[in-house]
Amino acid sequence: MQVYLDNNATTMTDPQVVEVMQPFFSEIYGNPNSLHKFGTASHPYLRKAIDQVYTALNASDNDDIVFTSCATESNNWVLKSIYFDKIVNGEKDHIITTEVEHPSVLATCRWLEEQGVKVTYLPVNEEGIVESHTVKSFITDKTALVSVMWASNETGMIFPIKEIGEICKEKGVLFHSDAVQAVGKIPVDLQDVHVDFLSMSAHKFHGPKGIGALYIKDSQPLTPLFHGGEQMGHRRSGTLNVPYIVGMGKAIELATTNIEKTMASIRAKRDRLEDALLELSDTFVVGSRENRTPNTILISIRGVEGEGMLWDLNNGQIGASTGSACASEDLEANSVMLAIGADNELAHTGIRLSLSRFTTDEEIDYTIEHFKSAVARLRAISSSFAKVAPTPGGEAGECHIPHHMAH
Amino acid sequence: MAKADMLGESLWDAYSNKVTTLMNNPQHQGEITPEEAEAHGNKLIVADFGAESCGDAVRLYWEIDPKTDKIVNSKFKSFGCGTAIASSDVMTELCIGKTVQEAVKITNIDVEKALRDDPDTPAVPPQKMHCSVMAYDVIKKAASLYLGVDEESFEDEIIVCECARVSLGTIQEVIKLNDLKTVEEITDYTKAGGFCKSCIKPGGHEDREWYLVDILEQTRKEMEAEKMKAAADAMSAGGGNFEEMTLVQQIKAVDAVIDESVRQFLIMDGGNVEIIDIKKNDDNIDIYIRYLGACDGCASSATGTLYAIESTLKEKLSNKIRVLPI
Repeated sequence: MQVYLDNNATTMTDPQVVEVMQPFFSEIYGNPNSLHKFGTASHPYLRKAIDQVYTALNASDNDDIVFTSCATESNNWVLKSIYFDKIVNGEKDHIITTEVEHPSVLATCRWLEEQGVKVTYLPVNEEGIVESHTVKSFITDKTALVSVMWASNETGMIFPIKEIGEICKEKGVLFHSDAVQAVGKIPVDLQDVHVDFLSMSAHKFHGPKGIGALYIKDSQPLTPLFHGGEQMGHRRSGTLNVPYIVGMGKAIELATTNIEKTMASIRAKRDRLEDALLELSDTFVVGSRENRTPNTILISIRGVEGEGMLWDLNNGQIGASTGSACASEDLEANSVMLAIGADNELAHTGIRLSLSRFTTDEEIDYTIEHFKSAVARLRAISSSFAKVAPTPGGEAGECHIPHHMAH
Repeated sequence: MAKADMLGESLWDAYSNKVTTLMNNPQHQGEITPEEAEAHGNKLIVADFGAESCGDAVRLYWEIDPKTDKIVNSKFKSFGCGTAIASSDVMTELCIGKTVQEAVKITNIDVEKALRDDPDTPAVPPQKMHCSVMAYDVIKKAASLYLGVDEESFEDEIIVCECARVSLGTIQEVIKLNDLKTVEEITDYTKAGGFCKSCIKPGGHEDREWYLVDILEQTRKEMEAEKMKAAADAMSAGGGNFEEMTLVQQIKAVDAVIDESVRQFLIMDGGNVEIIDIKKNDDNIDIYIRYLGACDGCASSATGTLYAIESTLKEKLSNKIRVLPI
């Protein structure tokens, strides 16, 4: 049996999504900007996809939702454009974000710092989230933008976006949320919360890879990243990726219709898996279940190094992650675990299991069984669980934690 | 960057079959109890290196025959990734049958080579090389405990890159000998910094005492100081190679030649010349001058006078000189 439990990294494309995309590779291939019927033939489908995305997010007709290549592009677009729109001219000089954002936000912020922008990286609390009063206390007259993720890719913890949005609105500061891990997993209602910009990516909710979107409230001005033709209301040039836009529309519709029911089903499987794994001694899961996306578990198993565990799971045909897939070749401890105050040993033991609506009960049973035997094997090898004490003087010395891992 | 870099290799695809096999089924994993060692009349040494908090830790057990100093049995425990488990296993294997004095000569390079499927293909990807270093360090610790000596007594030089075992002296020497200007060049010449990259600059997987960026900067400073000293010594000895001189020395030398051989003739005609700049342009040394007084605008200043100045400087200082009026 093969079990895919890395759905926070990416998801299987729903077969229904694949089906609606097919004609746009073969029959309806015209450039939608062309005036002839080969091009205009795709317009009704594109309009439908746009409607599907606006409906799924409950966006207003005054808002813009621009298709991008991915959420990384959307995040880069917001941060770099704020720099050109508000910071280069001296109007503002400050951006607030968090220590636990996706690399596409953190790396862009670090680049902006090189350009002279002041960036505040807010720490998370023991639940792994940034509290709204913390955001409030760092906003100044010079703050151009607050950028806070909606839900964590690593822990699944849901951030207080509604409260942060209200604070930003009251203070007159623009607010961006990277909602990649929220859209399609939990309700995202743009009439209920105040955000100026919101990033999303189709492949996180069973859409195709290579297509994302940026929501821009009330048609806020934002310098384009791509200049060129007149596509997407002059906001993003480049020939429209018709099959993928159509696929994203279908995927978001499937993911958000009856979302409460889907969430309940995924949550039940997740909780059963979590309960079973927590029966193992010396394990702990990050964050309360109620405030977590219903598909995610970040579990630590004392004495079992994360990559070693991943190796054994992989041998058992189970796909999991040690944290963010973007950082899976890094040697560092899990930064979120460190941020929430886990000790350094535990921070090296985090395994992320993320389910989808396609995860079955049989897969959960198989995972529980294989997970437990992998832990038993690796703990038998583990020096943490050794019974014989070292010869006096043979104990390990102090560990020097690299600078970037210190908090 | 190149085509091959456009898609990163899967980490585990870069592991040798031996690493994979030993990770799945380590042969020497386990413990040796004091009772077992005592029953054989042997001495038990148990040494730890690394720490769970660092993400990698290994415990080495040696059962040593005190009459021969021979390691008759060895086991390990490890908190670590696949490479750490496999390299600990091979390290343990390499220790068995050796005397403590022989075992202490085993390096992480030996461990990594023993994990290769074929001699020319590395057993682990570069960023995992540091995992084999622990095996080297824990052997030193176990040996120091048995022999009752300081671990540092096994090291006769400062190791900057643990993964490739490159010493400070070697790095300084190649920088000087080959006039290296970048860290990438140091890696090309020595392999230092080519593996886990912790020794390149602060902020890597582990803190290091020495970083390549600092060694490069310091060594280049020393080279510059040596060069200046050599130039100054040559000048004070009454000569020296114009091309090797510092800019200030070159300006002084040019001024001296002009003062001695040119300026008096220009002044006689109500003119003068000043040096604006000296720049090295490929093979040429360009001296930028400005004519003053009567020379400024004189028809000869672009022909005969210029030719006279240039040939005098060429003759007295260097054939590579070009004089360019601004």
